[in-house]
Amino acid sequence: MSEKNNNPSAEGPAQFPAWIGSLLLLFVFLGGWEAYVRFFNVSKLILPPPSAVGMQWIKFLADKNVWFHTGVTAWETFLGFILASILGVGLGMILGKMPRLERMLNPFVIATQVIPKVALVPLFIVWFGFGITSKVVIATILAFFPILLNTVLGVKSVERGHSEVMASINASPMQRLVHLDFPSSLPYILTGMEVGVVLSIIGAVVGEYLGGNVGLGNLAVREMNTYNTTALFAVIVHLSVLGFAFYAIVVGARKYLIPWHGSSN
Amino acid sequence: MTMQSVAAGGGNNNSITLNGAEKYFGVRGHGVQALTPTTLDIKGGEMTILLGPSGCGKTTMLRMIAGLETPTAGSIEVGGANLWSNGNRNVDALKQLGMVFQEANLFPWLTIEENIALPLKLRGIDKAGRQAKAAELCKLVGISGFEKRFPKELSGGMRQRAAIARALSYDPNILLMDEPFGALDAITRDTMNGELQRIWMETGKTVVLVTHSITEAVFLASRIILLSPRPGRVQEIIDVPFERPRDSSIHKLPEFQSIVAHLRTQLEH
Repeated sequence: MSEKNNNPSAEGPAQFPAWIGSLLLLFVFLGGWEAYVRFFNVSKLILPPPSAVGMQWIKFLADKNVWFHTGVTAWETFLGFILASILGVGLGMILGKMPRLERMLNPFVIATQVIPKVALVPLFIVWFGFGITSKVVIATILAFFPILLNTVLGVKSVERGHSEVMASINASPMQRLVHLDFPSSLPYILTGMEVGVVLSIIGAVVGEYLGGNVGLGNLAVREMNTYNTTALFAVIVHLSVLGFAFYAIVVGARKYLIPWHGSSN
Repeated sequence: MTMQSVAAGGGNNNSITLNGAEKYFGVRGHGVQALTPTTLDIKGGEMTILLGPSGCGKTTMLRMIAGLETPTAGSIEVGGANLWSNGNRNVDALKQLGMVFQEANLFPWLTIEENIALPLKLRGIDKAGRQAKAAELCKLVGISGFEKRFPKELSGGMRQRAAIARALSYDPNILLMDEPFGALDAITRDTMNGELQRIWMETGKTVVLVTHSITEAVFLASRIILLSPRPGRVQEIIDVPFERPRDSSIHKLPEFQSIVAHLRTQLEH
């Protein structure tokens, strides 16, 4: 071991895993926030210290009522996401296989894309009521477009050589769809679903902000109305954890569904 | 396998006939004539090589025989059956054709075994039958033991072996190959030429192979169909008499070298 180059750590400062760096940054951020609030004596109404938010969140975790609201939001998100996936993948496969139809519908897809859909939320509440349906519809619509567009892209990106193999073995259009177009598009579809799942949570929460009396979005509005900013922050923390869980499930699915693809490594 | 395909051949069942087959890309008069009207017999059981520079229509000819391009005029018969009728491909003729491309084109989400047996799956053959056939074919093409691997775990030469096995899976009489070893390194390419000769001799298939390598053509061919470009047409047909199995020592034969020299002169026109 007298040769220095045998030891990679001798080349520079000690190497540590990236996640330790992330954790350090988080502590620096929270510490700075805590110090700022205490040093300048900021009102809890404006900006509560992270320690208080953390304590409040722990209280939430022991509160059955909070778990009820969590369940409602999770269920709306789940339903919206599943519906968006079925519609987005289904329609995306059709449009991907029918380029003429896709070109014909493209202006409308773009038009619906650029409309700020969140602005339509009050309308959906008028149409679908204050119950869970309006939130599921909003979650579906927000998650639908990225899933649709990525599926179309996936079907169009099927390798020409693979298509010719299917042609040379006389595969029917349905067989091509099942054995080539769908599996070949899966990496794209999953990318669309990663974006979509996050948007479906946003859809559900925004729906709850504006109508009804259940769900984490509604809980956040109620805390705000009582000027309990600390609890509002705790709801946001809680929502982030929920969102992260959903996102992690979709990202984790990648490893199981497309182990063959480069993005799974 | 040999006995089987001879029996299935029955006679002239595995030959290919082009009757004035022509390919025009684009509008007549404004497009490109890839292949002038060509009449040609490709004998059953032989190894026929389509040789020529790029743009000579050799790949177009092969793709028309494979049913991947529609002839603009004329007809193509495969095993006595018309390949095209009213712009549609004749399934009976198509079933007799197996195609190997320049790239292996294996599906990365399927194992080698699943790739090889995919045509059988589409034909509704059960899993046990598919696995048995895949194992048999892996042995034939020399990749036994790699059945459960994924394509990315195999070398280029092995992937191309798997592609050949896939094309043979439904036991077609005719194997069509479009520069199958063009993407491989020179050493692997020589090995694969020897392997292709062995597979061809063991199976008794009709092989039609496209290449632009003169030595590959002379090494493999029973007959060489030399094509010339602009517009693509058959320039010369040459029988290659060397005994089988051939090995790399035939490169040294004066006769081999004279055929190579002749082809080179023809191609330099």
